[in-house]
Amino acid sequence: MNGQDTADASGHVYDIIVKDRAARGPAPHLDDYRRVCAEFSWESARAMLTGLPGGGLNIAHEAVDRHAAGPRAERVALRWLGRSGARRTLSYRELRAETNRFANALVALGVQPGERVFVLAGRVLELYVAVLGAFKAGAVVCPLFSAFGPEPLATRMTLGDARVLVTTDTLYARKVASLRERLPGLRHVILLTESGAPAGVPGTHDWSTLLAECSTDFEIVPTNADSIALLHFTSGTTGRPKGALHAHGAVLTHHVTGHYVLDLHDDDVFWCTADPGWVTGMSYGIIAPLSNGVTNLVVEAEFDAQTWYGVLQDEAISVWYTAPTAIRMMMKLGLEALAAYCLPRLRFMASVGEPLNPEAVVWAMQAFGMPFHDNWWQTETGGIMIGNFAAQDVKPGSMGRPIPGIEAAIVKRSTGGAIEIIGDPDVEGELALRRGWPSLMRDYLHEHERYEKCFAGEWYLSGDLARRDADGYFWFVGRADDVIKSAGHLIGPFEVESALMEHPAVAEVGVIGKPDPMAGEVVKAFVALKAGFAPSDELRKQLLGHARKRLGAAVAPREIAFRENLPKTRSGKIMRRLLRARELGLPEGDLSTLESDER
Amino acid sequence: MNEQQIRAMVADALAEIAPEVDVGAVDDSSDLRQALDLDSMDFLNLVIALSQRTGCQIPEADYPKLYNLKNMAAYFAD
Repeated sequence: MNGQDTADASGHVYDIIVKDRAARGPAPHLDDYRRVCAEFSWESARAMLTGLPGGGLNIAHEAVDRHAAGPRAERVALRWLGRSGARRTLSYRELRAETNRFANALVALGVQPGERVFVLAGRVLELYVAVLGAFKAGAVVCPLFSAFGPEPLATRMTLGDARVLVTTDTLYARKVASLRERLPGLRHVILLTESGAPAGVPGTHDWSTLLAECSTDFEIVPTNADSIALLHFTSGTTGRPKGALHAHGAVLTHHVTGHYVLDLHDDDVFWCTADPGWVTGMSYGIIAPLSNGVTNLVVEAEFDAQTWYGVLQDEAISVWYTAPTAIRMMMKLGLEALAAYCLPRLRFMASVGEPLNPEAVVWAMQAFGMPFHDNWWQTETGGIMIGNFAAQDVKPGSMGRPIPGIEAAIVKRSTGGAIEIIGDPDVEGELALRRGWPSLMRDYLHEHERYEKCFAGEWYLSGDLARRDADGYFWFVGRADDVIKSAGHLIGPFEVESALMEHPAVAEVGVIGKPDPMAGEVVKAFVALKAGFAPSDELRKQLLGHARKRLGAAVAPREIAFRENLPKTRSGKIMRRLLRARELGLPEGDLSTLESDER
Repeated sequence: MNEQQIRAMVADALAEIAPEVDVGAVDDSSDLRQALDLDSMDFLNLVIALSQRTGCQIPEADYPKLYNLKNMAAYFAD
């Protein structure tokens, strides 16, 4: 492979990174890509899991109890670094006891299997205990991002019919208390406090008081591979967020990708920097590392490049899974910042969230002596589907090749819902996966029709545009829809537009993703005002503050621009695509549906 | 620059980035990112704004010195 080149969209040429077969560390699990793919089947991979003693399958049993009952019982399962320097650890044995306590607490509260337990907190250990304990009780876990504002929280808790919410006293006071009346189905709110002392807020339970009375023994509620375990909200172009449902069987994908893609070995210390309020932090910040029985690091503090280098060194991280925005911030800090650190244990680095630009992959060779291994997946796929592997050559800028057990193709949608598979290399089309892997979503909550639209026969259609080269490597091209990807988070333009529409001055809004060197894209809103309102700097700030209060910093626009009129189709639909093309100076494309143009 | 001047400058800069926040309600040793619900992009934009207002080049390595108002005042004191 040496001597071949790869080129990115702008024609920049990057050398293929050829792996040194005598590299440090243990032999990679996926040593021979073709052989492992040929021999792999999901049925035989099931032997990597244990299953419940009486038959059936439960994520928490695979992630906690089976290790607690074996030689890994005293191994640290979760190692937590607090914001102010505090440290706590839970061994697999202790994690079994704590999660049993919480499962007992849910049963005592009358929570039924299948009912929804929402979690909204920063990266504190109790969050991990709550998630795993809820699995044990047969509840469906739905994570919420702690930087969401009240509106995204209310929407998701309403759509998901939240029965229980585990959150902190601070987040409750700031964002949830005012929503309680709108959430009649939310029967129990359980509050965590930083000190561990009861918060004593009316209408809530205290975590510590509740758990103190509960036994550390619990028999996992019988679940099987098809029992729903997780509800992950994700954003679409139109309408409300989609609630992707995943079953306990998904743990097999989490385990297998932890094994083959993240290359987790028994003595690894693993750090996934993603927040468990999003799907990566759930699948790879909780389930995959624990299922593989390694020590999983949890860092409470927000991103800070130098703190992170210190964590990599001091915690002797061997496998690290992070995201492009953070990597680009580290690049900006420069190589000198890394010079003071010594990272002999670091063996494998991966990235997900949005495509990793080739410069970042190459920079990592200088900075860490190894590349970041980009991979691709979505909330709907539940786990990594396409990736770059420890023992395989890396083409900078490519998302890699399908994991064992996954067949990916580039397809073109034709009329009548059919698709055509594109066999030729280097042709752009939609990335599709042949269904049949265990972590594929089972449905969109209450929206089965929307779910059905994601499939054409045996193929799941991702909505991502990509191409495949002659060596079988996939390259991301763009989104087929208007969804915005900012700092690795998927943002639905409709949700942002709806919040701005609530402001009395606003007549219409179109929201787009504007390219940004750091975050990939940032949210930009175009606003037309109602009669009687005039554009002003004061009003712009008012709208910005209004949106941020409702949506939170992660979802709200960073930029607002006024227009007299927004481009619309005959049916009155705002043409975001045209707003975006004009913002970026791109060709405007087909304007045949344009009825009323931008002014 | 004293702490009062720093507060005024930060408030002025945040009026563009996060107009909903009240800098007056934050005590000088609280981490602004948590106290005001600023995410990392907001913080980055704040640093850029402070750099423009003071004419100071702020290298990335110094960002941790700008997490609260007290440290900020010390940073811009000279």
